[in-house]
Amino acid sequence: MKKNRLLSFLFAAMLILLAACGSTDTKDSAGASEKKEAPKAEATEMILATTTSTQDSGLLDEIIPLFEKENNVKVKVIAVGTGQALEMGTKGEADALLVHAPASEQAVVDAGDAINYKRVMYNDFVLVGPKENPAGLSGDDIKAALAKIADSKAVFISRGDDSGTNKKELEIWKAANITPEGDWYVSTGQGMGQTLQVAAEKKGYVLTDRATWLAQSKNLDTLQIVVEGAPDLMNIYHVMQVNPEKHDKVNATDAEKFVNFMVDDETQKVIENFGKEEYGQSLFVGYTE
Amino acid sequence: MELLIDGLKKAIEIILTGNQDILAITLLTLRVCFISTLISTLLGLPIGIWLGLTRFKGRKILLTFVNIGLGLPPVVAGLWITMLLWRSGPFGELGMLYSPTAIVMAQILVSLPIIISLTCSAFQQINEKMLLQIKALGATKLQMLLLLIKQSKVAIMAAIMAGFGRVIAEVGAAMMVGGNIQGDTRILTTTIVMEVSKGNFDIALALSFILLSLALLITAALTFLQQRRRFS
Repeated sequence: MKKNRLLSFLFAAMLILLAACGSTDTKDSAGASEKKEAPKAEATEMILATTTSTQDSGLLDEIIPLFEKENNVKVKVIAVGTGQALEMGTKGEADALLVHAPASEQAVVDAGDAINYKRVMYNDFVLVGPKENPAGLSGDDIKAALAKIADSKAVFISRGDDSGTNKKELEIWKAANITPEGDWYVSTGQGMGQTLQVAAEKKGYVLTDRATWLAQSKNLDTLQIVVEGAPDLMNIYHVMQVNPEKHDKVNATDAEKFVNFMVDDETQKVIENFGKEEYGQSLFVGYTE
Repeated sequence: MELLIDGLKKAIEIILTGNQDILAITLLTLRVCFISTLISTLLGLPIGIWLGLTRFKGRKILLTFVNIGLGLPPVVAGLWITMLLWRSGPFGELGMLYSPTAIVMAQILVSLPIIISLTCSAFQQINEKMLLQIKALGATKLQMLLLLIKQSKVAIMAAIMAGFGRVIAEVGAAMMVGGNIQGDTRILTTTIVMEVSKGNFDIALALSFILLSLALLITAALTFLQQRRRFS
């Protein structure tokens, strides 16, 4: 019977631990705690589908708590590529979207899946490459730069994940009338951070948003910016809410509040100031209509 | 090398200063792993014992499916659970996607087959003659069951440890069904993935040390329970 005592002891220990974890957890987790919210009405929940760049740069950690506090909402941030975020919108799996691929966004708006479509902010894409710069790139002409890379068959690392950055890169290849293929064109299918790592290891060129580059450049000392400043390298972010008339389970009230919050002057100031201290420059620039 | 030392320093710093965020993440990790291992054990042991002791038509087919489950990739489990829990899916009304409960469900899906399969093989190996002897000595069914469980303690504990190992190491499904939401569904493994993509290798390493220490402590406790001698 010793065995049974052992087993029951084990289960009891597990249960006690569970209970302990459970109670401390409700005390600790600031936003979701029901005890804290008790005097007010219970917080509602909304799902924000967004791109990895807004999360990986740390911007959302700065602004989401402001919104949650103001409106007694719990925002569930799902950081995925822009392609997937838009897909979540068209399926009604998210309530609001914050993404950066204007052409694909317009298609979602036109299809009636998203409404209240507003411009929020921008930063820019930069082409980074190995310090040796085998294709000899410089200046601000991104199309010419990509053409040179294709000509010299220098290694180019692509996200290949249907993200906003990936869409932008393909757009530029298309504008330059080049179909990128061959051994030199490497598709990682991963996020920006990992793709930059691959570029650093393989000594390749890669298109990245400036925010991720600034946040990561401390780990990437074999890479440098080679092309920047072209108008077609602008990286524009839009916010929108998923159409409640098309998707009935959507939390439209909070989604609408979120859209208005993002274009609010106060929020725009927070966005502009974000990153100035750490990187000496804004990672995102406010850009409402 | 430098990075390893940085990571180790960071881990010690995090533990000593009692970083609130990471404490919450660690507690949540423990909570979901314990709950899922517990449920998998409560479901898996009886099923495993039943499959191991009985013989019936279709048992081998059933067992094949359980054994396929041993290799079920967590992302596949995650994908299925995601589709079931989608707002547009069959259980959409529950609003359970992107919650710790969803992570527990995915972890049960990947750990249950391990516990069933290992328990089943342990019970199947019990000598038929011993079964006959127990019966001949006039044991009731319950008495026999308890005796057999006692006999198979080492194997049962091994099954539980394997199941626990699977859930604490799991990341793909937790990322997919949990969404790695700050203060809500962020567990140690998904945080490590996120910190790596942010380029914060020191924090990622620190978290990996914390995760491994936890796994070590828990597995050590279970191993000591498993190896304890019976004195009676």
